[in-house]
Amino acid sequence: MSNLLFTKTHEWVEFLDETTAKIGLTDYAQKELGDLVFVNLPEAGDEIGAGESIGDVESVKAVSEVYSPVTGTVSKVNEELLDHPDLINSEPYESWFVIFEDITDKEELLEKAEYERFLKGEE
Amino acid sequence: MKLIFEKSKDGRGSVLLPPCDVPETELKSCYKREKELRLEALPETDISRHYTELADRVYGVNNGFYPLGSCTMKYNPKINDEIAGLPGFADIHPLQPDQTVQGALEGLYKAEEYLDEITGMDHFTFQPAAGAHGEFTGLKLIKAYHEKRGDSKRNKIIVPDSAHGTNPASAAMAGFEVINIPSAEKGLVDIEALKGAVGEDTAGFMLTNPNTLGLFDENILAITKIVHEAGGLNYYDGANLNAIMGIARPGDMGFDVMHLNLHKTFSTPHGGGGPGSGPVGCKEVLAPFLPIPRVVKEGNCYALLEEGADSIGRVRGFYGNFLVIVRALTYILTLGGDGLKSTSENAVLNANYLMEGLKDTYTVPFAGHCMHEFVISLEELKKETGVSALDMAKALLDYGVHPPTMYFPLIVHEAFMLEPTETESRENLDRVIAIYKELYEAAKNNPEEVKNSPKKTVIGRPDEVMAARNPVIRYEFPV
Repeated sequence: MSNLLFTKTHEWVEFLDETTAKIGLTDYAQKELGDLVFVNLPEAGDEIGAGESIGDVESVKAVSEVYSPVTGTVSKVNEELLDHPDLINSEPYESWFVIFEDITDKEELLEKAEYERFLKGEE
Repeated sequence: MKLIFEKSKDGRGSVLLPPCDVPETELKSCYKREKELRLEALPETDISRHYTELADRVYGVNNGFYPLGSCTMKYNPKINDEIAGLPGFADIHPLQPDQTVQGALEGLYKAEEYLDEITGMDHFTFQPAAGAHGEFTGLKLIKAYHEKRGDSKRNKIIVPDSAHGTNPASAAMAGFEVINIPSAEKGLVDIEALKGAVGEDTAGFMLTNPNTLGLFDENILAITKIVHEAGGLNYYDGANLNAIMGIARPGDMGFDVMHLNLHKTFSTPHGGGGPGSGPVGCKEVLAPFLPIPRVVKEGNCYALLEEGADSIGRVRGFYGNFLVIVRALTYILTLGGDGLKSTSENAVLNANYLMEGLKDTYTVPFAGHCMHEFVISLEELKKETGVSALDMAKALLDYGVHPPTMYFPLIVHEAFMLEPTETESRENLDRVIAIYKELYEAAKNNPEEVKNSPKKTVIGRPDEVMAARNPVIRYEFPV
């Protein structure tokens, strides 16, 4: 987990190389959302800008948008989540949402310690 | 509890047909049913007991306190049903000639006049079947207005983040792009954010006032002016009208189009009992685009006008849920202008009384006077005890009161949103305050107990994940 970066909207980013990255939801996000029942994913080939929605997750409480931390092209989506959204609850850091390629820009991203400090402020 | 089909026994029944007094005819085989109808076979005793058992499991406003925020679960006076059951309203057909249903048409015409007066609008259509359907219809009017003016670049609807979830959904359904703007302090519209969001592509702005936190936006005139000056129209979500009837009118606040929820504000059946009705009102400038048919008065007679060159067309069959409109008209006529005003005054008074009673125990994130509803946050309680808003809602069931709206608005964490309405007595409110306080103590002293609630209800905690993902909603007959 040491190579993960985080957003203030509770997504995690793992850069696989300079222009490729995996995106997922943080443990804090899944706890706040509660049990997830549906996930909407983008399609491979979609071009999405940093801060734009890449899909949404529906819990027993509410539907929430998932925001892209980067500007790039979706190269792969984790289709397993469509049938098993609960994986995000049980293994948030394994259950990646999408992989982006050709990344040209990114949001302000936090290091792990910074994100943890930010969460303290949220609480 | 067993389904009525599981209780069924072949050979039993409750229908006694009179002897046949016409000659019997053999039907052609192509008209004959191949399989027997799957009707339940039960004597009337068992049918009556079955439905009584079902009714016993239901909790409605006739049972007790039902404070669903933004839903206005007020008591529905019985006189509404009595009037709606009159043969001149109940035993007519929508395709009857206009001259044979003059009373019904007059009822619609009068209802429109009264709603115009209550809201400050110039016209209403009763076609939309419920609130979100009304939003969709109103947004279609906005779209038609810009298109008629050749202003086709206006494709964005601005919605504050405290809005009802249906607002952005309806805007998307009507073909607009949705721009979300964050709330300022106190949950009111952020004027600067609105100024930054409006422009040449603004089709309109949607607002609930008072908002979902139960706060009346004090900048409302400035807000609607900003949108108008940018060339957009203002849409009023009437879900919260129960707070302002007879006191303030959306039409005077700068709104051009709005919907009402007759099943909320005007005491018609609500929830599973529906159907609803979401009439849409508009200013003169949008009138040419209203759905058809429209009720018009010609001399002393009423008629249904079926044509309109610029009309967006029909949004529903015939003229909406007619008998619901009759119930709302009955409510308006029963209370009169003064009665409607005191309805809103008491709705606001009750909400403030309840909030004052709870604020020392629970966190009220947006303090000060509220309108007809208010929000409390259980975030601190959850941090301290692990007991969530969901657990508290479940536990309330054991006290025999219906939980409030939960986890809404989204801008408040672990939210409870309470709207007691004007039809609760002070004694009831005192009882509810005592229950909420007792439950709060229980959550602090015995969190595990609360997390395992409810214990006294027929069904404890359904598996919500399974219920959402794999609902079993169809009975499979044994082969």
